[in-house]
Amino acid sequence: MTASQPGVGEPILEVRDLVAGYDPGVPIVNRASMTVMAGEIVVVLGPNGAGKSTLIKAIAGLVPIRSGSVALAGTDITRLPAHRMVREGLAFVPQTENVFASLSVDDNLQLAGGILAARLRAERIEEIYGFFPDLARQRRLPAGRLSGGQRQMVAVARALIVAPAVLMLDEPSAGLSPKLVDLVFANLTEIRQRGITIVLVEQNARAGLAIADRGYVLVEGANRHEGTARALWGDPMIAELYLGGMRAAPAPRS
Amino acid sequence: MNLQFVADGVLTGLMIGLGAIGVTLTYAILRFSNFAHGEFISWGAYATLVVSGVFGWLAGSAAEPIDPFSFGWGVVSAGVIATLLTGGLALLLDLVLFRHLRDEAKSITVVMASFGASMALRSLLEFIFTSRPVYFSRELQITMPIGFGVRMTPDQLVLVAMAAILGLGMHLLVTRTQIGRSMQAVSENPTLARVVGIDVNRVIRVTWMLGGALACASGVMIGILVQVRPFMGADLLLPLFAAAILGGIGSVPGALLGGVIVGIGEAVAVQWVGAEWRAAIAFLLLIAVLLVRPTGIFGKPA
Repeated sequence: MTASQPGVGEPILEVRDLVAGYDPGVPIVNRASMTVMAGEIVVVLGPNGAGKSTLIKAIAGLVPIRSGSVALAGTDITRLPAHRMVREGLAFVPQTENVFASLSVDDNLQLAGGILAARLRAERIEEIYGFFPDLARQRRLPAGRLSGGQRQMVAVARALIVAPAVLMLDEPSAGLSPKLVDLVFANLTEIRQRGITIVLVEQNARAGLAIADRGYVLVEGANRHEGTARALWGDPMIAELYLGGMRAAPAPRS
Repeated sequence: MNLQFVADGVLTGLMIGLGAIGVTLTYAILRFSNFAHGEFISWGAYATLVVSGVFGWLAGSAAEPIDPFSFGWGVVSAGVIATLLTGGLALLLDLVLFRHLRDEAKSITVVMASFGASMALRSLLEFIFTSRPVYFSRELQITMPIGFGVRMTPDQLVLVAMAAILGLGMHLLVTRTQIGRSMQAVSENPTLARVVGIDVNRVIRVTWMLGGALACASGVMIGILVQVRPFMGADLLLPLFAAAILGGIGSVPGALLGGVIVGIGEAVAVQWVGAEWRAAIAFLLLIAVLLVRPTGIFGKPA
């Protein structure tokens, strides 16, 4: 699962002044910028409607980009068709409907490995099953029959087949029980240890900041704040204003 | 009871089924009812006729029937070329017409456009070939007993086998190959398909090619068994849709089975109710099945 990519600490995903939205006149993402270093876990936080999902969908090629640029490992991928992104090393896990429910787990993985030669694909799939033993046992089942947590695992496993440089996830914790959230996030930490950079959008700021190195706070389509996960976590103003007062008690001021 | 009607029904049903595969795939992947699909059947038959005519003119032996069948190698090889031509016609129709409407227009607009395309394509055939029926061969075929009091001609037997092989091949293609899985994926969730790296436009092109090619095969078979007329495909349109819906949208075995059910239903109607009820029976069957199982026999719940 290790990908060839720049060394840890070099920028791998650079988003510059991105303006994006479905209607030309109504930018949902309005001049957002973000620099993700290789090997990092970066979380994008913000209130409802801040454009977090739209931002990563635009990066993934699913929402029209009006201006600005996106570069992956130095290559410009702005406005590249969505289906070309995996070839460039950018994998995306949507929030909902992120598996093909009518296809078996195996077929889901086979499809996602479509850009690989048959032999390499088979190797990668076995490797992935080693990483997610639960899925290996259910490989013949239609993905739609799995539980929510297992479907989320299929979606992540599917994204990993191509050994992406960057893995982007849209609210991986949505709809999962706290226990499953812990499991999915523990998986993400492990995936990062294999050299894959992770960008995730999270409504669940607590869980997101717990595994992230750095975070961006998006407000009205633009990044308002950024910093290390620890700094964001400890900033009571950010917590109060943008993270929906996620903590019951404010942190003591030093 | 004489089981001849079953054999006749299966034969007609397989021809309908081959055409219905294209209808069901187009519907599943592009989400519209292509009323021009019947024309692919007619155009396929005429294309085969023209190409085999050329072969016959180039080499007299091409027109010689292969014993015990009524048709020669000219028709067989022309049929192969015509499947490509008909696939190309389907692709062309998408390129000049449907593709422009698909993204912007409502789906009813695309359906209406397919109605228009259907009439234009049919009139063009009438204009070029007149509406007089033509035949691949004037050879007479003698039926032979195949058991249970059923008699079939050698042509009918070989075409049943051909249709079954094509249907099975198509089923394996859709379920076992990467392009087939891509087709299922696009049909279920086009956005996710793009995310996992599937070129949706390529899948659409392959779907048109396959649908057109199978329609052509169906047209050639009907041409060999009955006759070639400009209206041959248009007349089949309602049975095609009945078969596709009956079998469950998106299902290849469903389309074939739906075709066979409609075919046998029609044969029963002709034998016991009266030939004028032939068309009605397909719809009575359709209504009956949909009341019990709204998604069709092999259909997946939405």
